[in-house]
Amino acid sequence: MSKATRTAFGEEIAKLGEEYSEIVVLDADLSKSTMSQYFAKKFPERFFEMGIEEAHMIGVGTGLALSGKIPYCCSFACFITGRYDTIRISAAYSNASIRLIGTHAGIGIGEDGTSQMGLEDISLIRSLPNFSVCQPCDEIETKALIRYTVKHKGPMYIRLTRQNLRDVNPPTYNFQFGKGVELTEGNDAVIFATGALVNEALDASNKLREKGINLRVVNIHTIKPIDEELIIKCAKECKTVFTAEDHTIIGGLGSAVCEVLAENFPSKVFRIGLKDVFGESGTPEALYRKYGFDSEGIAKTIETKMNS
Amino acid sequence: MHKDGVFLKNHFDCYLILVKFGKFFSNMTDIQQLQRIANELRIDIIKSLHAAKSGHPGGSLSSIDLLVYIFFEEIKRTKENATLPTRDRFILSKGHGAPALYAVFARIGLISYDDLMNLRVLESCTQGHPSYLHLPYLEASTGSLGQGLSIATGMALAAKIDKLDYRVYCMIGDGETQEGQIWEAFLSAPKFKLDNLCVILDYNKSQIDGYIKDVLDIEPYVDKLKAFRWNVLEIDGHNFNEMERAFTNAKSTKNKPTIIVAHTIKGKGVSFMEDKVEWHGKAPNDEETEIALQELQKLLN
Repeated sequence: MSKATRTAFGEEIAKLGEEYSEIVVLDADLSKSTMSQYFAKKFPERFFEMGIEEAHMIGVGTGLALSGKIPYCCSFACFITGRYDTIRISAAYSNASIRLIGTHAGIGIGEDGTSQMGLEDISLIRSLPNFSVCQPCDEIETKALIRYTVKHKGPMYIRLTRQNLRDVNPPTYNFQFGKGVELTEGNDAVIFATGALVNEALDASNKLREKGINLRVVNIHTIKPIDEELIIKCAKECKTVFTAEDHTIIGGLGSAVCEVLAENFPSKVFRIGLKDVFGESGTPEALYRKYGFDSEGIAKTIETKMNS
Repeated sequence: MHKDGVFLKNHFDCYLILVKFGKFFSNMTDIQQLQRIANELRIDIIKSLHAAKSGHPGGSLSSIDLLVYIFFEEIKRTKENATLPTRDRFILSKGHGAPALYAVFARIGLISYDDLMNLRVLESCTQGHPSYLHLPYLEASTGSLGQGLSIATGMALAAKIDKLDYRVYCMIGDGETQEGQIWEAFLSAPKFKLDNLCVILDYNKSQIDGYIKDVLDIEPYVDKLKAFRWNVLEIDGHNFNEMERAFTNAKSTKNKPTIIVAHTIKGKGVSFMEDKVEWHGKAPNDEETEIALQELQKLLN
């Protein structure tokens, strides 16, 4: 099965709406893209179309959260995190249990180009006290994560994809907030991947295995608070450390892994991600090829760095 | 924590005593009493700013009459009702006016007089700008201008969803109105027919860099808000009779939010601070404090 994590979110929040009357959903004129439309159709009295007013939407979400509601504020990742000061003071500094849903993450959105791509969003939100940051890698994980968010205390940022992602996890998958997931065995190298690049890293591990390189793929769905214990363990057990994210390497998952290892088990870390550049238009496939995010690109980076 | 003794010694304490006997709201409708409380709180504001050696006297003194009316006549805040889910809410969007709000909180007993005098001190609940993390009675953190009205909108929306009849009050500044997010909220609240939302503009006509009209004029304010489909009322923000009429009108207005454009005087009550831009954000020194307190004491006598 293959599904966009935004679609998985839309389906799950519409389902959760039946169980939890406190859930409210807000959108800023992108409900057909963020897939909050499923909830809107089912619960029109608990869906609020805010118009193209993202900052105000985040403030309203904060007020709803502080009044006992469980608000999900949806827009593209770049437009949500572009309203940074409102997220910082209204939501984070009030420790409001708001859920910011940022879809259309990364260059994986394709043709719409840079202005619609969330490329620095993890980095921005990760630096805010009280905030948690999660990015699921498939439909199953997305639905489990969204179910978890209902009970979480404090503000959360959830990063979702426009493009379909192949199922990585089994139907019996047990989501654990803050815990990484080891998907393949291997001690030659470890790659900590998140979101869309988990799929690519798994394919890369198959390619590398044929060449005698055993790559351990670890899915980091919770980027903050990050699973320090698992990162240190893997770094100790594997010769080389890699990270992979469809996001800038500055302040994202790569940085988070480096921060953990620098203080606990200094290691050489190679970060796959955007190297301080913007994205561009193109098909998602062409973009992933150009920026080395597809399985071939990841495999090549790993092979090259391990032999250098 | 609460130093009742200090209040009794230093202030006219009719309000506190009557609240304790549960007779306050039936007996104390006298506007002179509200005026007296406001002037006593002006003394507390000056003392706390003097102790802190920094802060914003101008906007605190311009807003205190309105805050006294809102908290004592509208919200009727007590320590007992301050955490009820059905309580009326107040958000100070112009967060730099915090000393005035803290003075009201101390008077009600939500914080101690010591807390008030520890304004801006390390680990105090009276942070330089309102911090919900330090003081939950604030309802939300504010201080980055333009944001509080959106939070208030969310709270008013929550009341509508739950079919509860609590009201949400939000004070904004005139300079703050230059922020884009304020206009997002102005456009938004009428859509949701939030007649339980009452915005109070503390229109004291100046901001840090000068007079509003020179920095970035916001006029014609009333016309703009009427065009945005708000119920717009214009009053003298130091006149309690006008406040009573406006807040009563707001409560009886259906299907749209109300904004009370309250014309105020920056630094009101202290002659050398009145309408002086430079008193936006500096604390009085020892000598200035003495003069200010003498002037305010005269108002009480």
